[in-house]
Amino acid sequence: MPLKLTIVTAQRTVLEQDGVTKLVVPAAEGQITILPSHAALMSSLAIGEMVVFTGTASESIAIHGGFIQVANDEVSVLADAAERVDQIDLERAEAGRARAQARLQGRDANLVGGLDVLRAQLALQRSLTRLRVARRRVGGATGAPSSRP
Amino acid sequence: MAGGGQVRGIRDRIRSVSSTAKVTRAMELVAASKMRRAQERAVQARPYAETMRAVLAQLAAATGGGDGASLHPLLQARDVKHVSYVHITADRGLAGGLNSNMNRAGASLVLEYQPKVDRVSVISAGRKGRDFFRRSGMELLADFPELGDFPNFEDVRPIARLIIDDFVAGRVDQVFIGYQRFINAAVQRPTTRQLLPIIAPSEVVSVGKAVDFIFEPSPEELLATLLPRYVEMQVYEAVLEARASEQSARMVAMRQATDAAKEMVSDLTLAYNKARQENITGELLDIVGGKAAVENA
Repeated sequence: MPLKLTIVTAQRTVLEQDGVTKLVVPAAEGQITILPSHAALMSSLAIGEMVVFTGTASESIAIHGGFIQVANDEVSVLADAAERVDQIDLERAEAGRARAQARLQGRDANLVGGLDVLRAQLALQRSLTRLRVARRRVGGATGAPSSRP
Repeated sequence: MAGGGQVRGIRDRIRSVSSTAKVTRAMELVAASKMRRAQERAVQARPYAETMRAVLAQLAAATGGGDGASLHPLLQARDVKHVSYVHITADRGLAGGLNSNMNRAGASLVLEYQPKVDRVSVISAGRKGRDFFRRSGMELLADFPELGDFPNFEDVRPIARLIIDDFVAGRVDQVFIGYQRFINAAVQRPTTRQLLPIIAPSEVVSVGKAVDFIFEPSPEELLATLLPRYVEMQVYEAVLEARASEQSARMVAMRQATDAAKEMVSDLTLAYNKARQENITGELLDIVGGKAAVENA
């Protein structure tokens, strides 16, 4: 039996999809793949790309942390934020990446506390995820998530 | 002539009342469209809230149910010395009894706890509530004005962060929240409930029979990431409900004002016509009388 997937954020329901055959998820402790009849699971999520396979089609979604619950072939994702390909603003993501990188490189100048470094690293991760997901729009939505170019 | 002055006075009042009606009618329409949007946002937030409650209930069951006090600081009930109350109201009035009903409900919660604990403080989100508690000389711990008609999760987060930090640091021992719950366009209900320590949702509904979960990382760590989110979500939900209530209360109040104004215009029009008629009759009598006097001379 295929999986039923729901992705919700505090603001809205991002995706509701039946007939999911495979799911690749950026779990907190590393990437995991969920197939039908998966054992019941609760895990927190990292920032990263989630890929939803429905038969031969697939869709990439940028997930910015949160929580996943799998039980009885029902998958609920409580995302802190989630963006589908068409919701990502490529220019903004690129600008965000540049900003975060600049911050990290000039670290000793402005960033003193470890918290600021962490914040910049998270921002960098988020924008890289966005960019990776957004790039799938051009390349067509097939295949497994490639490693970073 | 006295009669003419009266006619003019009535005519001016008709003009002023009907322009008031136009304004209230416009405000009613604006509130109606804002209400639809606010309501939609409240509905859209529900799936997240429900899923989170179900997940938390699962986690609570997996970590040993009710005696979660030692699991996480946010679950810890302790000796209460300082109670804080998050009071959510509108920034603006013209919403019938909405704000004053909420203020009354908030005041009664404060009055209930004042004799029992050392200190009761208020955190206000909304000018109407802030002004009310400031006038009554209550201690305001913080104020979050101008959240806007359609606040985001991120706009509301600082409120949750503040109470979580204060609670974990032991500066506050119990936190309540009060807001106007949206029942439907005609009914809003002032609601107060406890935010901290968290009362974990207990009913396990979502997955049917008990399932053995794999937890990654441990249930305790999951709880630690989820509980602060849960508080944020509850505050967000309360604000969304309050906004939907505000717009619908304003819509109803403005509709009543428009109706009242229209009724007044029709009464005034009647009085105006009557006065005008009397004037004309009076003038005719003058003319007839004058003519008769000339002919008789």
